[in-house]
Amino acid sequence: MGYHWNWGVFLAQVPSGGTTYLGWMLSGLETTLALSLSAWIIALAMGTTMGVLRTVESRLLSGIAACYVELFRNIPLLVQLFIWYFVLPELLPANIGNAYKQMNPMLQQFTAAMICLGLFTGARVCEQVRSGINSLPRGQKYAGLALGFTLPQTYRYVLMPMAFRIIVPPMTSEFLNIFKNSAVASTIGLLELAAQGRQLVDYTAQPYESFIAVTLTFMLLNALIMGLMHRLEARTRVPGYISGGG
Amino acid sequence: MGDFDWSSIPGALPFLWDGMKTTLEITVLAVIVGILWGTLLAIMRMSSIKLLSWFAAAYVNLFRSIPLVMVLLWFFLIVPALMERLFAIPRTSDTRLSSAMVAFALFEAAYYAEIIRAGIQSVAKGQIAAAFALGMSYGQAMRLVVLPQAFRNMVPLLLTQGIILFQDTSLVYVSSLADFFGAAYKVGDRDGRLVELLLFAGAVYFVICFSASLLVKRFQKRVAI
Repeated sequence: MGYHWNWGVFLAQVPSGGTTYLGWMLSGLETTLALSLSAWIIALAMGTTMGVLRTVESRLLSGIAACYVELFRNIPLLVQLFIWYFVLPELLPANIGNAYKQMNPMLQQFTAAMICLGLFTGARVCEQVRSGINSLPRGQKYAGLALGFTLPQTYRYVLMPMAFRIIVPPMTSEFLNIFKNSAVASTIGLLELAAQGRQLVDYTAQPYESFIAVTLTFMLLNALIMGLMHRLEARTRVPGYISGGG
Repeated sequence: MGDFDWSSIPGALPFLWDGMKTTLEITVLAVIVGILWGTLLAIMRMSSIKLLSWFAAAYVNLFRSIPLVMVLLWFFLIVPALMERLFAIPRTSDTRLSSAMVAFALFEAAYYAEIIRAGIQSVAKGQIAAAFALGMSYGQAMRLVVLPQAFRNMVPLLLTQGIILFQDTSLVYVSSLADFFGAAYKVGDRDGRLVELLLFAGAVYFVICFSASLLVKRFQKRVAI
């Protein structure tokens, strides 16, 4: 076929020197991991707060949470990312917007992608948390209140510990999704794993090696997380429940 | 913080509508092919023939473990060159639209296969036993008894997946194909009005997806068995 396979390309020096193509890939992987994990923290915090709000009686609070979910679920991730990256700095007060635009570009891209992925995934986490809480028998809430707990205490000590254990399986797939979705950040120029793979295609004449390596890394990452989450699932499974709500 | 200027949108509407047609073309084709191929994959995965079930499982797991952006890049950057090499197809024609359609159909099939498998498994076992007892073959039992019920259970999920797919088609941006989002981006970039065009695109996607998901919810109540 006339294609020269050369897996040694990863050990070659990059034109700007100082590192190898493998070094580029590893730094891409590092960015992917840092982006996904930091976005996951935002997603958990936002998703849990909003998920709880969706289950309270106050029409106003549950309405706010419902608006959050609908807004972030019905706009494509790519559009949201571009809005965070290109639009938000223009809408902020001038001094904050300018300070943002003067940040190191890589940091700008990272911040926009982190907030975007975090809130996007948060809307999905919110729905899982809500269905987890709603899957508990109503008696649990009433029992908590009857014992003299306040509503926040009932959530903190009675409902949430159960709900979190029940929703581990569906949360696993949201956690996997955040790693896959992080590749979208390559579109605003963030040099995460997929972007490094693409850069390698431009710099070397070895597109297959580069793409195979990136694809395999994503698969490996996926398998690794799945393995970890299965162990977590086994440890947190609630006896008597077959599977999670969701 | 500049003032908004929406004046570039009215003149660009025909171009944006062309983009929307591309988006819809990709979505509709990928939904149809994805469901057909996904059904086949689901049946293969439950088959007693080891080779078939192994192949279907590997296919589904492969596509579900890599990002859609990666799949699209494969189909835009690598596959056309490979096809050229293998079948000597001249690269004069613009294959980006067909590449996008193939990529989305193959990718979505993996997700549809899982929805369909869950749907088939949700049909009570007695049903297939009853079909066999009536003298039906496996194919007849699937086609006449199991699949009609399974699809009724799955339709809302399949439609919801279609809405997700409609949103995901915006990722063809990586090949600079002018779908609806690509068109909006190009107009905004050309006129220096990216902020307005991005907000407009977001609003359009929101209205379409939100109304579609309301319809799906309504429909779900009607078809529930």
